[in-house]
Amino acid sequence: MAAGGVDKFSVLLPTYNERENLPLVVWLLARTFQESGNNYEIIIIDDGSPDGTQDIAKQLEKIYGSDKILLRPRARKLGLGTAYIHGMKHATGNFIVIMDADLSHHPKFIPEFIRKQKEGNFDIVSGTRYKGNGGVYGWDLKRKLISRGANFITQVLLRPGASDLTGSFRLYRKEVLEKLMEKCVSKGYVFQMEMIVRARQLGYTIGEVPISFVDRVYGESKLGGNEIVSFLKGLLTLFATT
Amino acid sequence: IRLSRLLSPQVAMTKLGQWLCGLALLGSAWAALALAPPELQLSAPFRQALLPLPVYLLVAFGCYSLATVGYRLATFNDCEEAAAELQEHISAARADLLQRGLCF
Repeated sequence: MAAGGVDKFSVLLPTYNERENLPLVVWLLARTFQESGNNYEIIIIDDGSPDGTQDIAKQLEKIYGSDKILLRPRARKLGLGTAYIHGMKHATGNFIVIMDADLSHHPKFIPEFIRKQKEGNFDIVSGTRYKGNGGVYGWDLKRKLISRGANFITQVLLRPGASDLTGSFRLYRKEVLEKLMEKCVSKGYVFQMEMIVRARQLGYTIGEVPISFVDRVYGESKLGGNEIVSFLKGLLTLFATT
Repeated sequence: IRLSRLLSPQVAMTKLGQWLCGLALLGSAWAALALAPPELQLSAPFRQALLPLPVYLLVAFGCYSLATVGYRLATFNDCEEAAAELQEHISAARADLLQRGLCF
C-alpha cells in the first residue's frame, strides 16, 4: 500500500516525438482518474525529442500540477526498458501502469485493469487484443495475419498462460515490475514477451482485460522485415533460455 | 541431469528442454516399436499405422495450425466504435486544453 493505505497509480509514459499526442493522452488520463476517484501521477520520460515534446510536457505540468505530472526526461533515445527503470525510480505509487503515449491505448481501460486486479488480487493485469471483445482498428489483413501468426507460434513454443504477449498496456504491482526489470534483457516486442514469461517463472499471477488498440492516429507504424526477423530471433532465444 | 534438479522449481527446464525431452520420449517409443525384431513386433495393421505416424502427426499439426490461425484472423475484432470514440475524445480534449491555456 502507498502511504495512508490508499492505492496510488503511477503511469509511466515513455515518449519520443509525441508532441501531438502527449497532451491528449494526459487529458484522457487525468479525466479517467478523476472520474474513478483514484489517486494518480503521470511520469513522462522523454528521450530528448527534437519536436518540442518537453515544451508541451512543461505546459501540462503547469496545468495539472507538478504532483500529478512528473517530468523526468533523458538526454537521448535510450530504449524502453531503461525508460521504465528510470521512471520507476521516481514513482510514488504502489501500482504502475505502462502504456503507449500515441493514443493506441485508451486510458478508459485503466479502471477495468484496477477492477480486475482487485477481483483476483493479481500481480499483473495485461490488456489483450486477442480475447473477449478486445481487438484492433486500422490494421489491414496482412498486418492482422502477421499478428495472429506470430502469436500462435509464441503460444505453441512458450505456452505462456497469457493471450497477448507483445501488448504493452499493463498494470503491475510496483515491486513486481521492479523485480522483473532486474531479470529482463530483451528489446522491443520481445521485451514485453519476456516480462510475462519471467513473471510466470517467478510465480506471479496474471489477469487479462480485453482492450481495443487503435493504430496510430498521428504518425506511422512500422512493421518491416527487420522487425519480424528480430521478433523471431528473440522468440527463439526465450524458447531456449526460459 | 538429476531428477531432483528437474523437479525443483528454481531450476525448471527451459521450453526447449521440455520439447527435446518430449520428442526423445516419443521418438524412442516409436523407434522401439518400429524397429522391434520380428518376435516382438505388433500385428501387421498396427505396424502399418505406426510407421508413418510421425509424418501423419506433423501434417495434422500443420492443418491444425492453419485452421487456428485462419479462424483467429477471421474473428479478429475490428474496433470501429473505439476509433470513432477516440476522435470525439480528441476533439473534446483539444477544446478543453485550449481553454486551459495550452499552446499546441
